[in-house]
Amino acid sequence: MRYLDEYRDPAVARRLLAGLRSTATRPWTIMEVCGGQTHTIVRQGIDELLPAGMRMIHGPGCPVCVTPLETLDRALAIAADPEVIFTSFGDMLRVPGSSGDLLGLRARGADVRVVYTPLDAVRLAADHPDRQVVFFAVGFETTAPANAMAVLRAHALGLDNFSMLVSHVLVPPAMTAILESEDNQVEAFLAAGHVCAVMGWTEYEPIAARHRVPVVVTGFEPLDLLEGILMAVRQLEDGRHEVENQYARAVRRTGNTAAQEALRRVFQVTERSWRGIGPIPASGFALAPEFAAHDAERRFGVGGLTSAEDSGCIAGPILRGTRLPTDCAAYGTSCTPRRPLGAPMVSSEGTCAAFYNAGRTR
Amino acid sequence: MTDPTMASCPVPAAETERILLGHGSGGRLMAELLHDVVGAELGGDVTAEDAAIVDLGSAEAVVSTDSFVVTPRFFPGGDIGSLAVHGTVNDLAMRGARPVALSLAYIVEEGLPLAELRAVTASVARAAAAAGVRVVTGDTKVVGRGAADGLYVTTTGLGLRPPGAAPSAVRGRPGDAVLLSGPIGLHGTAILSARERLGFEAEIASDSRPLHALVAAMIEVGGERVHALRDPTRGGLASALNELAESSAVGVELDEESIPVPPPVAAACALLGLDPVHVANEGCLVALVAPEAADAVLAAMRARPDGAGAVRIGQATAGHPGRVQMRTLLGSARVVDMLVGEQLPRIC
Repeated sequence: MRYLDEYRDPAVARRLLAGLRSTATRPWTIMEVCGGQTHTIVRQGIDELLPAGMRMIHGPGCPVCVTPLETLDRALAIAADPEVIFTSFGDMLRVPGSSGDLLGLRARGADVRVVYTPLDAVRLAADHPDRQVVFFAVGFETTAPANAMAVLRAHALGLDNFSMLVSHVLVPPAMTAILESEDNQVEAFLAAGHVCAVMGWTEYEPIAARHRVPVVVTGFEPLDLLEGILMAVRQLEDGRHEVENQYARAVRRTGNTAAQEALRRVFQVTERSWRGIGPIPASGFALAPEFAAHDAERRFGVGGLTSAEDSGCIAGPILRGTRLPTDCAAYGTSCTPRRPLGAPMVSSEGTCAAFYNAGRTR
Repeated sequence: MTDPTMASCPVPAAETERILLGHGSGGRLMAELLHDVVGAELGGDVTAEDAAIVDLGSAEAVVSTDSFVVTPRFFPGGDIGSLAVHGTVNDLAMRGARPVALSLAYIVEEGLPLAELRAVTASVARAAAAAGVRVVTGDTKVVGRGAADGLYVTTTGLGLRPPGAAPSAVRGRPGDAVLLSGPIGLHGTAILSARERLGFEAEIASDSRPLHALVAAMIEVGGERVHALRDPTRGGLASALNELAESSAVGVELDEESIPVPPPVAAACALLGLDPVHVANEGCLVALVAPEAADAVLAAMRARPDGAGAVRIGQATAGHPGRVQMRTLLGSARVVDMLVGEQLPRIC
């Protein structure tokens, strides 16, 4: 099948792996930023095929995992309101807040629904003028344009009963925070291909230059990742630190300017708290003042709600890439995909769940 | 209208198009429903008896029951009626049995259009006739609006197992070949696509069909060396193989490249963040077959339209009992676990 089979060819994979082995002279440490890339790496066992000593650190690019606990608690508080139809993408439903998850809340009678696009939530708002419809807007620059479009649509239709609980986060500030942390081990990045399809890669150029770190915009299929890793290793071996594009079939340097325009209109950049990392300045989106009427935090008065993490979960060091899931005492014992203690065990993109589902043991 | 009773006390116009609570009350309305809708579609197989007599001769009897609550009730490739027949027929077939008789029970929500009940029953009749099985008894209950989602169907099947057939979840042995009768993931993606109106360009149809004739052909060639059979319905191929591995205390090694995933299913799964090995099927089976019989059984499967796509996808091992491992496209190994809870599409 076009766009899938040609990026899963075992023969080409073997050639790329051989190229990697003949190129790498040192045990380089590379971080893949995006959870979708982590999923492919662990599912295909790519990290186990790398030259000895070379390491992939799984980055903070799983939107489910980095959504802070207090945002989940705000979601739970809003969804418990009998007037509300609470809508979300599927995998946010099982993320534990301080007191249970959205699936459990649904079983106790809350109207929680899975949607496949935020426009479905707008349609629900139009179909149910007597109810409040709230969409849980999580994710990176990838999901943000569609959410911006939903706000614009609801605004144009005058749907006062549509609002969004916004917890959007941005990739470049997180990469900078990782590079500037004291225990940073990352020597090169695979940038998230689909984020770059929206934003382009110009904002990574100053990061690569300032921190002298190679950045390779990389796709999500097995061959994409192997090629992206090889390109990063070549840069490291050559002593180069450039932004290169492995994912040329989807990404241009300037990105999708129409999507960027929608983002600029609907959102403004704000400080966001990242689960496991903490607050990072200018690292996320909030609704712009023009659309404040569609801000669920404001509408339901949950902005002041704060929460503390489970002490048994080491999500922080895992999301920063300094510890592995298998380093955690709770991994596979008190914390499993069935009963997750922390977010990285929830989504199949989460590092802990990806390890668990692939049967990785201590 | 000259009827004097009508003049003084107006009786509401009889609702003839939808299920009423009264259809479940055991009175005349119910008798009419059974006669006019269920009986008519099943071809006069509804009797006044409370239970049916089935002559089994001296063969082994096999019994299975299953309930069907699928939404939407009509989907590309089938509907809740045909599914209720195929599901139970296939459960019998997985123990090597030929289906003989089915019971059919409906739980109907007040307000269901009669036309829909009729269409489902007609589909039951067609599927049963095609599978060579009779519906011999049944039951219909009506519940109030909101107490059920339209229509639930339960079928119980009685089957006969010929001598020489002995497939069982506990009989898998190290060295057995793992055979799969056809492509995976069609039913689950068809249902999801229809339910959520995802609007994929390629229409994906459910693979729902009876498998007992395929099983008979396999057993005719392989006899008792057809060790274990399972139809990978909910939970998909991953759950079916994990259950067999656990019950038989064997490991299973799969070869990812050999597992047939139709391109539209692969594309839908890639888009939604689902794994095809966790997606439901209703028309394929996975078998553990003794190695010396595997080639002949595979050939017998491929000679039939319902097994034309049969392939060998791996083997059972003595190592890692209870665990299913997959050799990935790139040559490394990963564990294939059962699905936990609901299958939730990923964000991106």
